[in-house]
Amino acid sequence: MESQAFQKIYTQLINMTKATVTLKANDVGYDEMAIVHGRKAQVVKLMGDIVTLQVFSGTEGIPTNAEVTFLGHPPQLKVSDELGGRFFNAYGDPIDGGPEVEGEIRDIGSPSVNPVRRKQPSQLIATGIAGIDLNNSLVSGQKIPFFADPDQPYNQVMASVALRAKADKIILGGMGLTNDDYLFFKNVFQNAGALDRIISFVNTTENPPVERLLVPDMALTAAEYFAVDKNENVLVLLTDMTLFADALSIVSNRMDQIPSKDSMPGSLYSDLARIYEKAVQFPSGGSITIIAVTTLSGGDITHAIPDNTGYITEGQLFLRRDTEIGKVIVDPFRSLSRLKQLVIGKQTRADHPQVMNAAIRLYADAANARTKLENGFDLTDYDERTLDFAKVYSDKLLAIDVNVDTDTMLNISWELLSKNFTKAEVGIKQEFVDKYWIEK
Amino acid sequence: MEKNNKTTGKVVGIVANLVTVAVDGPVAQNEICFIAHNEERLMAEVIKVVGVNAYVQVFESTRGLRIGSTVAFETHMLEVTLGPGILSRNYDGLQNDLDKMEGVFLTRGEYTDPLNREMKWGFKPLAKAGDVVTAASWLGEVMENSIPHKIMVPFKMEKRYTVKSVKAAGDYTVDEVIAVVVDDEGVEIPLTMVQKWPVKMAVRSYKSKPRPFKLLETGVRCIDTLNPITEGGTGFIPGPFGTGKTVLQHAISKQAEADVVIIAACGERANEVVEIFTEFPELDDPRTGRKLIERTTIIANTSNMPVAAREASVYTAMSLGEYYRAMGLKVLLMADSTSRWAQALREMSNRLEELPGPDAFPMDLSAVISNFYSRAGFVYLSNDATGSITFIGTVSPAGGNLKEPVTESTRKAARCFYGLSQDRADSKRYPAIDPIDSYSKYLEYPEVQESLKKTAGEGWLDAVIKAKDILLRGKEAMEQINILGDDSVPIGFHDRFWKSELIDFVILQQDAFDDIDSSTPMVRQKHMLSSVLKVADTEFKYKGFEEVSVFFKEVINIYKQMNYSEFESESFKKYESNLDSLLKERMN
Repeated sequence: MESQAFQKIYTQLINMTKATVTLKANDVGYDEMAIVHGRKAQVVKLMGDIVTLQVFSGTEGIPTNAEVTFLGHPPQLKVSDELGGRFFNAYGDPIDGGPEVEGEIRDIGSPSVNPVRRKQPSQLIATGIAGIDLNNSLVSGQKIPFFADPDQPYNQVMASVALRAKADKIILGGMGLTNDDYLFFKNVFQNAGALDRIISFVNTTENPPVERLLVPDMALTAAEYFAVDKNENVLVLLTDMTLFADALSIVSNRMDQIPSKDSMPGSLYSDLARIYEKAVQFPSGGSITIIAVTTLSGGDITHAIPDNTGYITEGQLFLRRDTEIGKVIVDPFRSLSRLKQLVIGKQTRADHPQVMNAAIRLYADAANARTKLENGFDLTDYDERTLDFAKVYSDKLLAIDVNVDTDTMLNISWELLSKNFTKAEVGIKQEFVDKYWIEK
Repeated sequence: MEKNNKTTGKVVGIVANLVTVAVDGPVAQNEICFIAHNEERLMAEVIKVVGVNAYVQVFESTRGLRIGSTVAFETHMLEVTLGPGILSRNYDGLQNDLDKMEGVFLTRGEYTDPLNREMKWGFKPLAKAGDVVTAASWLGEVMENSIPHKIMVPFKMEKRYTVKSVKAAGDYTVDEVIAVVVDDEGVEIPLTMVQKWPVKMAVRSYKSKPRPFKLLETGVRCIDTLNPITEGGTGFIPGPFGTGKTVLQHAISKQAEADVVIIAACGERANEVVEIFTEFPELDDPRTGRKLIERTTIIANTSNMPVAAREASVYTAMSLGEYYRAMGLKVLLMADSTSRWAQALREMSNRLEELPGPDAFPMDLSAVISNFYSRAGFVYLSNDATGSITFIGTVSPAGGNLKEPVTESTRKAARCFYGLSQDRADSKRYPAIDPIDSYSKYLEYPEVQESLKKTAGEGWLDAVIKAKDILLRGKEAMEQINILGDDSVPIGFHDRFWKSELIDFVILQQDAFDDIDSSTPMVRQKHMLSSVLKVADTEFKYKGFEEVSVFFKEVINIYKQMNYSEFESESFKKYESNLDSLLKERMN
């Protein structure tokens, strides 16, 4: 870069906070990267010749005469096929001991796709998990998070979804990942023999939290390279977006911004949308699908982070432990895939939408029956039958260890419906009942 | 405030998209300026002035922008360009034609013309030399898709004028002079088919704005039957995520009996807009037989597009609506979601370091929302023709809490409330409009009641109120059953509960993805409501409470098959007679 040939070095900081330093400098661009005392920093405010820099790893130990150089460009990533199989930190530097990646330099956080140039997502992503494929089908180009409590096995489910999804590239953006989880992903990917199509950008709990802010943009810049330039189907895994949002609130707090709900910055919605909206189906065939994790505190989805996320993403997946069968299931009530309408009954069998709705409605009746039971009321014959149905439905279909194709899922559903209910109770369109109902 | 010399300035401060500019001359609040950055010109709007410093919000990313960049002020506010060729277009929040932009990604600083300047329109004069005209008077007409598009005296022209000449019928481009008018001082003013209007000002070129009185059919049963909206009415749909706001909005925009539909996708998901782009060119408008896209304009400023332009997008949409209303058309304006607009206001207020109101929203939020809603309405034009803008906005309450500031402020402004309930959505009872909490103030208007009597019959209003009562009583019965247990309440409670379920399943619930059930014309709604109420009025005999649910499930099942059948078709009638015999069995 030509700007690096005559780099001016500044050595006088006039202000310092825990996360920012301020100095006098000229000809600086907004969002530009800088090196402060050997640490990476970014311009967050320009006022006349006063420049405020956010130092990602914090300002501990930085003296007022620290050396500051400006790099003349926003955060960047080198993209090429060499990215495959590699592990990077939040700045895009290798952390797997391998060589630097050679490739084209791209600014991260690129502009949005023109909405009229998007294509409507239409390709079903089969995961084999019926709680997803049957009730909440995923579609390429979709963005969907798991809403999970920290003790739930979301990373495991996400890893199996990723490996079964037949994506050309899987890009992991790990934010505040514990070292154990980092090693878990590394192992699973290695054992599946899939490492060469996986790229990881990882910020672990050992790294400074503010660095996390760069991870999604790094991962998505790599994703756009493969989806746009190579027409590949890319699956991006972002875990855990709650920790990303926490980092946003730290920064906004240190910049003296007025917090809105739950101490989150007022711009949280836009900040999250900028990331999630990178999910797209390109007309040329490439696509970016985002599966994320948003951890909840005590299952509270009204907190600003899951709440804003829910308004942005195309549905959400909830995991829940079903004590009746002793397994973790995909909760059919609270989970939702908004794009399923684009594929169910079209790429899957025509009876799919009606079977799905009928089964969930009857499963809801079972929940009511259980409440009645717990309150000490007598159960009717119908109540008993819904309970019988619910138990098997949960075990054979909702549990996360299921791995069958969609036709089998539908057949199992018909079997359970025919066995436990009358046609009127099921209430499905006549043409499908005629075709699939199993007479006793 | 026309200025001869344009004011210029230099950038002296940058924080995200808030830029401080030191200016060398006068600037106006909300004036538009362009900041020069390398080859690009970034559009911005003045939102605050302190001494020589103008604070401007930039409608684009400010990445790489430098101190000292030059700024040119434009002497006007943010404006829309009005003329034939707006329908079927896809605009961003600043009315840039998205289809004219190059490349897959949006390019910063690229602004495109909202109109087609080359295309010729078949012009037919409506005014003649000697006519006295004022702002919004019709001078002529061109056919835009199938809609008669009036060419008007620009809204900005506030005086009385005499028409000197109007072009003869023929094909002209939008920029050709089609009429010349003379003001009272004898100054000749040539007019083309194009005019401009500042989006944040309401167009007031109409004679009067009475209370709305005519039902606007949406084909959605739980709106038309229970809580109808009127031509020129306002409504809002608050609901937590996942309760079906967008599906409901799309259903209304597909089916409503409007001449022009303007959809402002304001800070929402891009894929939802893509759905409209993909479906509307394919779908037929049931009334005209033409494609839905021909009557539709989409303002797409999705959540990942610049925040300041998001705020502008709802105003752009409203101004386009006012333009078509002035032609004597029925306009339906949908905004999804007004909460994102409010959040855009919050982000900017925050950067301006204003003292915050509740939840850090700006203090004047309520006033801004009321002011916006008040631009909708039914009007008599100066030539006594009528036009209307019906506005329905969605609200995305934070945490599903209807007491948050945006919902509260909107409740004060909008006359219809369609609250989406999480419980109904969880049990897949769509559309999840809560039948008990939702309301339409229009039902209380005597003029609306009068008009309903004419269109839907004398007994209609009573039937509607009765249906609402049954729903309420059913809810109470269910609560009693839950507290006391199935067998500890009289059978009558079960009967009452299941009669409310009947209305719920047959009238309220509607399958938006079924070709037939998705849209129900008023005639059919009348038929179904009276049929269901007849059942609700009937006394049935049961041996025990278990029989009640079994019986009603059968009844509901037949009604559902009816809802899925073509109205009054063979199969519809077959189900209807099945139903009759089922009911008779139970009556003796």
